[in-house]
Amino acid sequence: MIQVNDLRKSFNGEEILKGITATFHKGKTNMIIGASGSGKSVFLKNMLGLFDPDDGEIIYEGETLNEMDIARKSNLRKEMGMLFQHSALFDSLSVEENIMFPLRMFTTMNLNERLDRTNEILDRVNLVNLNKKMPSDISGGQQKRVALARAVVNRPRFLFCDEPNSGLDPNTATVIDNLIQEITHENNITTVIISHDMNSVMEIGETIVFLKDGKLAWKGTNMEIFKTDNEVVTDFVYSSNLFKKVRIAQNEGF
Amino acid sequence: MIMLSGIFRRPTKAIVLKELIFKEIDDLIIGSLGITAFISLFMGAVVALQTALNLDNPWVPKSLIGFATRQSIILEFAPTFISVIMAGKIGSYITSSIGSMRVTEQIDALEVMGINPLNYLIFPKIIALLFYPFLIAIIMFVGIGGGYLASVYGGLASAEDFTTGLQETFIPWQIAYAFIKTMFFGILLATIPSYHGYYMEGGALEVGKASTTSFVWTCVAIIISNYILTQLLLS
Repeated sequence: MIQVNDLRKSFNGEEILKGITATFHKGKTNMIIGASGSGKSVFLKNMLGLFDPDDGEIIYEGETLNEMDIARKSNLRKEMGMLFQHSALFDSLSVEENIMFPLRMFTTMNLNERLDRTNEILDRVNLVNLNKKMPSDISGGQQKRVALARAVVNRPRFLFCDEPNSGLDPNTATVIDNLIQEITHENNITTVIISHDMNSVMEIGETIVFLKDGKLAWKGTNMEIFKTDNEVVTDFVYSSNLFKKVRIAQNEGF
Repeated sequence: MIMLSGIFRRPTKAIVLKELIFKEIDDLIIGSLGITAFISLFMGAVVALQTALNLDNPWVPKSLIGFATRQSIILEFAPTFISVIMAGKIGSYITSSIGSMRVTEQIDALEVMGINPLNYLIFPKIIALLFYPFLIAIIMFVGIGGGYLASVYGGLASAEDFTTGLQETFIPWQIAYAFIKTMFFGILLATIPSYHGYYMEGGALEVGKASTTSFVWTCVAIIISNYILTQLLLS
């Protein structure tokens, strides 16, 4: 579980995060949603320790991130997996080497053991026979799956995903969403996903935190978000024509 | 200074670091051998040619061609001029490769994994460029070889005259001076482009701008430090 208390962060005098408190549960896909510029990425980077918060605390299973020394923070990061928006695969390494990278850096596994684990995880994300390909030789969806494989290959306790299905077609996006959810449940990981894709929210948003202008505007589940009367949330959710029509249909009793 | 102190903190696993260092030696040093040797061969030849063409007085011995070639190549051409060329070749490569990693969040990925990106990316480059004097030593030989070929086969001087000139008033300290400079320039070539790549912000356009800026500043640093080092070591 990750607990965030009264998190604040400013850049050049402008307050981006204005005291956010939220809980992200173990074994669940926890989503952070909100419009562009609402502070989602800054919030995530604070959670990852890439930014130091101005105020507030981030507690990883009882341990406060801000109070950890560099060595402990470094160890905690070894228990994190991160799926970046643009995959962030290492260009100079093949698919196999990218996935093996965390194993090579942080485990004492020999090459055969690393290869076995890599093949196992490649199979898990439905990518076989791509081992020797370079990231530039595979599609965006495949890159995302490789990045997901790299994020979870070392069995992290915390998984972070920054807009995991942006730029993907709806089918591939659903595949990625489902993979994230399945891996979260299988391994009992605390997963935090940033998204503004309402399809993802519907699919895998087991808990949802809604940010607006750097503040927590709403929290709930994917079942509750479509029933809330919170105007800020409904403005965001029903900005899509499809969902607008669904709501009209619901209101008309269909 | 912050970057330099960060490079030595939280070191990467030794076996991985060793491989990275060998890769960087291959990319930065061995990969530069061809172009620098090519330039050096012809520059040596041109220095010999220019010296010969300016020898109007029959009392001035032909051995001066070998002497001038040696002095020009060892004192300035190999250490300084080649370093300026290397600022363009490997400096731009270092800035753009690290800058691209910054833009595509690969550096963030390293950091999130608990790896010190400064140590992982920059330390192997610094170690690789400690081998830079070996490259320059080869360049010196090739440059003087170019001068020899142009002189002897171009009919400017005999082989004997040229080699006599090469051995004339030889001061071993000048070789040490050249390698001290080279070592210093090697560190500049590793750190300045790395700094510009690592701390760049923006997108692909900014990567290009950072490469240009890093080339300019590396050249400026090389030229100024060349003057200071020459003053300190030869005056």
